Amino acid sequence: MSDSDHHHSHEDGSTLTDIQKRVKALESILVSKGLVERAAIDQIIEHFEHKVGPHVGARVVARAWVNPEFKHALLKDATQAINHQSDFPEVGQHLIAIENSDSLHNVVVCTLCSCYPWDVLGLPPVWYKSAPYRSRIVSDPRSVLKEFGLKLSVGKKVRVWDSTAETRYLVIPQRPVGTEAISESELAKLVTRDSMIGTGVASFSAESKDHG
Amino acid sequence: MDSIHDLGGMDGFGPVRPEHDEPVFHEKWEGSVLGLQRSILYLGLWNIDVFRHAQERIRPNEYLSWSYYERWTHTLIATALERGLFSDEEFRSGIADAVSSSAPLVPLTSRDTDKAFVRGNFEREGMGEPRFCVGDMVITKELRITGHTRLPRYARDKIGTIIAIRGRHVFPDAVVSHGKEDPQWLYTVEFEGSEIWGEAVDSTVSNLIDAFEPYLLRPEYD
Repeated sequence: MSDSDHHHSHEDGSTLTDIQKRVKALESILVSKGLVERAAIDQIIEHFEHKVGPHVGARVVARAWVNPEFKHALLKDATQAINHQSDFPEVGQHLIAIENSDSLHNVVVCTLCSCYPWDVLGLPPVWYKSAPYRSRIVSDPRSVLKEFGLKLSVGKKVRVWDSTAETRYLVIPQRPVGTEAISESELAKLVTRDSMIGTGVASFSAESKDHG
Repeated sequence: MDSIHDLGGMDGFGPVRPEHDEPVFHEKWEGSVLGLQRSILYLGLWNIDVFRHAQERIRPNEYLSWSYYERWTHTLIATALERGLFSDEEFRSGIADAVSSSAPLVPLTSRDTDKAFVRGNFEREGMGEPRFCVGDMVITKELRITGHTRLPRYARDKIGTIIAIRGRHVFPDAVVSHGKEDPQWLYTVEFEGSEIWGEAVDSTVSNLIDAFEPYLLRPEYD
């Protein structure tokens, strides 16, 4: 959007773009009708900026790596498994965990809109909601994954999961080799957002350990 | 409806460009839009399917040129006007009419925003058994629906295999077409990549969708 086209000067010297004005107008009328509360909106913003995010999913994955019983429960019913752990935030129904292995790579998309497991990953990145990703990951996953720097071995099976209903998918990446002696909380730091969407993998090197 | 939102399998949009260290919101107003969307859905006048269908009705050229939260802004305003949450005049003036036609609604307040953070459950109890079992071969319908559907174009009229039954879920097509939940069995269906993309895709790729029972036929019977 070109700034010069959309900014308008106001008497108080502030400038608002057209879209900012529309959002403000929407908020104003809803507040004045008593249908929304500004303090609630602020809390929602705070929640998505600071409380929920990939760190939640990363802790789930790290626990699955170190605790076989939890992993078994997670793959059976991820919602129940997570909600039975007292130190994880509550997640919604029909969260489904899908596990990567030496022979299988899973990757998740929502071709029709932007369905994404908010309660374990936070809000989706712009690329996840964009036309390039949504159009091609289903028809040409290997080349799209290369754009993320991920080269899958020839012959590895690739499953592309399209979130077309009120189910949500969380990829459980493979635990990196050489991490046997690392604690659960340190392991969680190796689990990236992209590795839980399937556009990346969790990785580990001696240097990353040194740097915490 | 078969519009631009149904992007799976299209070409020409260029490479995916991930942004390094992407912020949660790029501009402050985007957060407000998200807060407004959660607050409006909380009122319970319409559900997420209605919101999605309103996005699908954005003109294709605008759908592609607007940012994500610009689309949301447009959709929230259009749906609120369409469903009478406020009038054109109220929106323009920013002043609520003294006599409001809308029934009393309970707004989301800062005391109970936690309720708005846990995803709603779309599974519904009910009578009847699922028509298909895990392992069954199914063929997806060649749908032409002008309303809302969650069967993407690329997965229509294709043979796949049921790999999971997810329960009976609110049927998005019915929610939008006649305001009823009309719960239907939901299945995860796996298709060989070659069934959908022909020789364009190598044999290691498969595509999976979550499909409602009315989208599915039994090849040998239907």
